[in-house]
Amino acid sequence: MLKGHFPLWEVFVRGRRGLDHKHIGSLHASDADQAMKSARDTYTRRQEGVSIWVVRAEDIHASQFENDASFFDPAEDKVYRHPTFYEVPEELKL
Amino acid sequence: MVDVMSFTDEQCQFDAIIEAEEKIEPRDWMPEKYRLNLVRQMSQHAHSEVVGQLPEGNWIGRAPTLRRKAILLAKVQDEAGHGLYLYSAAETLGVSREEMMNDLLIGKAKYASIFNYPTLTWADVGAIGWLVDGAAIVNQISLCRTSYGPYARAMVKICKEESFHMRQGYEIMQVLAEGAAAQKAMAQDALNRWWWPTLMMFGPHDSESANSQQSMKWKIKRQSNDELRQKFVDQTVKQADHLGLAIPDQDLKWNEERGHYDFGPIDWEEFARVVKGGGLCNDARLEARRKANNEGQWVKDALMAYAEKHSRSDVDQVA
Repeated sequence: MLKGHFPLWEVFVRGRRGLDHKHIGSLHASDADQAMKSARDTYTRRQEGVSIWVVRAEDIHASQFENDASFFDPAEDKVYRHPTFYEVPEELKL
Repeated sequence: MVDVMSFTDEQCQFDAIIEAEEKIEPRDWMPEKYRLNLVRQMSQHAHSEVVGQLPEGNWIGRAPTLRRKAILLAKVQDEAGHGLYLYSAAETLGVSREEMMNDLLIGKAKYASIFNYPTLTWADVGAIGWLVDGAAIVNQISLCRTSYGPYARAMVKICKEESFHMRQGYEIMQVLAEGAAAQKAMAQDALNRWWWPTLMMFGPHDSESANSQQSMKWKIKRQSNDELRQKFVDQTVKQADHLGLAIPDQDLKWNEERGHYDFGPIDWEEFARVVKGGGLCNDARLEARRKANNEGQWVKDALMAYAEKHSRSDVDQVA
């Protein structure tokens, strides 16, 4: 982190009870407290949320695009994981 | 001759994503020119939101009623928020917030030229909401389908919030247009001054806009400057009629054959002059941004010092 520059935080908002927190954007803030207040002001001016998570962007580990193909590949040939793979009597509405 | 270099796997994958109307995301490979084009457009867009607070901010202290003041405060706060959405979206392209802010403060980065015009009367606040935000909405609805994911998502959020901006502006114009003769004259004067600069917001004609061709190919832009401008004119004429105000263009008339309104020539010399810094408020706008930056620096320093001290004492406690 550059000295004097606020670090980057990712913001997740739960829209209402029963929903997951969803990524909504990011912001710069000096610490978690400030990040939370800024997140409220920046991303929930119209009651868009009932709960906010703020996470330091540097603490997020992401899959790398270059490896995407091989990383997600094993899922592709296992079509039997999907219900439509099976032929069953239609009238039973299984 | 076939450009062999452009047919790399990465390029093919990128082209396929664009072709399939899918979104490019931050960690994806992208042509350097695509990235730079987006950085330029998104940072200009962000700067426009931030500088756009100033002409209207000028009237917060003088809003005619408490209701209008509360509305205007909320609107100006939204503009600040829109700037923040866009800066953070632009940062996903590897450009830092400080770099973008610095480019604005030293006068290197551009922002929408319309904000270099002064807000002389209360009716100007109405005209800005109605016309300037109305034009911005036309442009931004189109950009909701832009090919860069973070930009498209920011646009969706902004469009949701922007429609109140336009409606509150139109309501101001309505009240003035239905008021005393002097109020109606004030509304007409504001329309006269803001109409042409608003049409300029959509940028040069398609035939003059080299950047825009490439942007359309990459699906950064989805509709051309002239298409968007026409859409705005078509939708605004009946809104002006409803107010009983006259759009200051003698050539404005319905063209049955085209199914659109024809309108008069735009003064591109004026546009170029204001873009280059010759508008009435260019200097004042940048000065206001510099002042805000300088005078807010101690707050940022204090917050940072507090955060650093706090994180040290955490470590001490653990030890």
